[in-house]
Amino acid sequence: MKSSLSAKQKNNPSLGRTLLRLGTGLSAFGLLIAMLLRGKNIAILDAKGTIASQQRGLIFYVLTVILAIAVPTVILLYFTAWRYRESHSTATYHPEAKTGKAFIVAIWALPTFVMLLLAIALVPATHKLQPNKALASSTPPITIQVMAMRWKWLFIYPDQQIATVNYVQIPKDVPIVFDLTADEAPMSSFWIPNLSGQLYAMTGHINRLNLMASENGDYRGRSAEINGAGFAGMQFTARVSSKQDFESWVDMTKQSASTLDKATYQTLVKPSENNAVTAFYPVDDSLYADTVMKYMGSHDHQMTAQTQHEGMY
Amino acid sequence: MKEFFLGRLTQDSLPHDWVTVGGTGTFIAMFLFAALILTRTKRWKWLWNDWLTSVDPKKIGIMYFLTAAFMLIRGGIDVILMWVQQALSSGSSHGILSADHYQQIFTAHGNIMVFFVAMGFIFGLINYIVPLQIGARDLASPLLNTLGFWLYIGGVVMVNMFFVLGGQYAATGWLAVAPLSGIAFSPGTGVDYWIWSLQISGIGTTLGAINFIMTILKMRAPGMTIWKMPLFTWGSLFSMLMAVAVFPLLTATLFLQFFDRYFGAHFFTALGGGDPMMYTNLIWMWGHPEVYILMLPAFGIFSEVVATFSRKPIASYTANVLGMAGVSALALSVWLHHFFTMGASADVNAFFGLITLVIAIPTAVLFFTWIATMHRGLIRFDTPMLWFLGFVTIFTIGGVSGLILAFPPADFQLHNSLFLVAHFHSNVIGGVLFGIFAGISYWFPKFTGFRLNERIGRNAFWCWIIGFCLSFVPMYILGIMGATRRLDHYDAQTGYQPFFILMLIGGLVIAVGVGLQIIQIVASIIQKGNLRDATGDPWNGRTLEWATASPPAFYNFTVIPHVITRDAFLDMKRLGLPEPHYEDITMPKNTAVGIYIAALAFLVGFAFVWHINWLAVVAMIGIIIVFVIRAFNEDSEYVVTAEEVKSIEEARIAATAAITKKSGAMSEQEDMSVREFVIYVYDFAIDIIRNKKWKSW
Repeated sequence: MKSSLSAKQKNNPSLGRTLLRLGTGLSAFGLLIAMLLRGKNIAILDAKGTIASQQRGLIFYVLTVILAIAVPTVILLYFTAWRYRESHSTATYHPEAKTGKAFIVAIWALPTFVMLLLAIALVPATHKLQPNKALASSTPPITIQVMAMRWKWLFIYPDQQIATVNYVQIPKDVPIVFDLTADEAPMSSFWIPNLSGQLYAMTGHINRLNLMASENGDYRGRSAEINGAGFAGMQFTARVSSKQDFESWVDMTKQSASTLDKATYQTLVKPSENNAVTAFYPVDDSLYADTVMKYMGSHDHQMTAQTQHEGMY
Repeated sequence: MKEFFLGRLTQDSLPHDWVTVGGTGTFIAMFLFAALILTRTKRWKWLWNDWLTSVDPKKIGIMYFLTAAFMLIRGGIDVILMWVQQALSSGSSHGILSADHYQQIFTAHGNIMVFFVAMGFIFGLINYIVPLQIGARDLASPLLNTLGFWLYIGGVVMVNMFFVLGGQYAATGWLAVAPLSGIAFSPGTGVDYWIWSLQISGIGTTLGAINFIMTILKMRAPGMTIWKMPLFTWGSLFSMLMAVAVFPLLTATLFLQFFDRYFGAHFFTALGGGDPMMYTNLIWMWGHPEVYILMLPAFGIFSEVVATFSRKPIASYTANVLGMAGVSALALSVWLHHFFTMGASADVNAFFGLITLVIAIPTAVLFFTWIATMHRGLIRFDTPMLWFLGFVTIFTIGGVSGLILAFPPADFQLHNSLFLVAHFHSNVIGGVLFGIFAGISYWFPKFTGFRLNERIGRNAFWCWIIGFCLSFVPMYILGIMGATRRLDHYDAQTGYQPFFILMLIGGLVIAVGVGLQIIQIVASIIQKGNLRDATGDPWNGRTLEWATASPPAFYNFTVIPHVITRDAFLDMKRLGLPEPHYEDITMPKNTAVGIYIAALAFLVGFAFVWHINWLAVVAMIGIIIVFVIRAFNEDSEYVVTAEEVKSIEEARIAATAAITKKSGAMSEQEDMSVREFVIYVYDFAIDIIRNKKWKSW
């Protein structure tokens, strides 16, 4: 059996050559990836809002702590495998070797310690970055009601009395409150990766997502949750502009748009794919609340709907 | 009248799409070809008596392998279709598939890979190896085992049924989350096929799991206390305990969804007082543990492989077992981390995030026990060990990305993105699939009596590793760029396209790897004279499965061994093998009851998919009748007399001696390379054509 093994060992390239090959391959691959990434929007790393940049910071913290234990462990495993390989030497072979109590304590304690480091960060970060938590700012927030439909996004600005489809404009450095719900659509997920993480938009529920943009620009937003045939086209542009530009956009929209009443809404809510950007003014005041209520079912539910949602926050 | 008999099944529901017509054609051609061969070689009876109705867990194991391997190729074709679509469908191009069709394909891909590939292979390995490892001749309930297998086959047929009989598959994602999967948003047959495919195979899993728990707990060889069990048996036990805990949840959830869709109930609908969020909770309470049901036996396989190839007992056996116990217990309580984004409070999210962190501790302990096992060992790097090293790297990448996802605020950014998809593929491919490959190459000599070709095995391994990096590194990056999963089209300005093209190239490299694995098996069969292992113990094994012949006799052990320590077979080799004496052996009779019940269960599902109520009722009554008839059958066992055992054993020993004389214990001749294989096949084909050999067929 030994001899057949040594014949096989001959086929093995030496460790140096293997490492060299691996190194060359990996560097070439890394270079290719870096080249392809040049000038691209790497949304989660190119954070353009306060929430997104905190989320990015958290991702980097976790990555650093885990890699600090994972990389040495994997290297140790490979080193052990190489050190005690058959062709190396039989002198170190010791099949009766036992692991001591200290080893047992160590292998449980070490990962526990690392997980404690992570746990200490997890709880406060989860509370701090809870999507419905209001952002501290001297500027009063702007509320935007968002409705996921098949397969488009309707944005209602209740204070401005305007509404838009597949387009949302927000001023820079102003806290924005997105109240997410859905109508006649499966669960969808509202996501503008440059500005903040996602949250589900569901019928009969209002999920609140707070964010604040810190840089002007056009950012991609879309549904992240599969919701039927028009899923891929269910995207929108989120434009961040100065406060003045935002206000002039609102004024312009008011002049050029048509009314969104219940009748128009009934047409709008019908399934349609790859919708163009549209705007409405004025907007029926009760439209949003009625849509949420529609899914509340019994009378009993309607009574408690408001309190339920407050409880959720 | 027609509607009464055929329900909603009409001529329009027959396949007419080019892909489905092609699939149907392929399926029918394959069946005709198989039927032709069986008829020509007069093997129908042999097939029925020796294989299909067999209750031998080894034969059932082999049938699981063959089905799962077939489904791996089926699910792999799905991947290539999906990645071709994504590589092309940018900007003004819309690729080769419609959105609906693309969505059906990724749904089918997920279901097939998890239920019919991973589960199939894992159940196959458990069937074949666990009885041998615990020194048992059979399972606690052989009937339950064949029934479980045939229900799995029922699920396999159901998931492919839309090809042959038309209709559609679900376009909802592999868990068919409500309300998308409700009748309002998915009115076609797709979700019904999905429900019944999972329902039938899921019930089979529950039954199989109960059987293996009973077998492992009650049928171990004398002397094998629970703390002397081999680690693969431990992993299987934990896996099966989890399956019994969560598969009934799946069954219940699927029934509720069926009530919604068929009878207009409102468990999970948006309107009418239903709660889709309840569906999300229920399906993940099962869905998360499901992944660990696959993972734990794979952990067990790696422990066996590392110990055997390091030629040392596993270090810190107790810590390893406790590690697996910890993983399985915690895996039952992390389901909510799959939907942090649904809007629960910070306290709830933080709780489930913390539990998810804790699960990394026992997993890390397993890694440390493997390192300690290799320490001061004498390590051979045969292919099972290579798969282990590949697993270490890729599973670690999956683990690191998983811990990032455990943080709810980070998950808000990465959930539903391709980063998440890359994460779980790292764990399922690196962990489960590589574990299966390690297990198959490790135990292959046990299944067949000859080992696998090492050279081609290495080539296949490197194709998998390189292909994996080429596909999944770009996938992680796409996720970080904000690309969501399940996109059938994207804007050109996103800049995703080059990465999707890289993914496709990687997928093709993996496909080459799969092709090499097929070649590896064929080449090993060609060279089996050289690869023959007459001893039954090619790796100097430590556990009882190596104490039997390869392949083992249908009764596994001539003499049930007495176990002294954890490395039971190593002791036997050290202290001398027990003197063979022959005794009467009671074995279960073959039965077709599993086939009948599974066929009827399939009909129930089929009838409900197409709303053929009479058929559903008839088939359900049929199941009860078959069950009652079987319950009164007391003639389910037979005795192999000591003389018969003696003649079987002596024939085997004589055959072994002849082989050993002819070729030596293990030949010095090198394993065939891919090039030599191609030349061999070419010569073989030329020989047949030149000498008109087909005439003698």
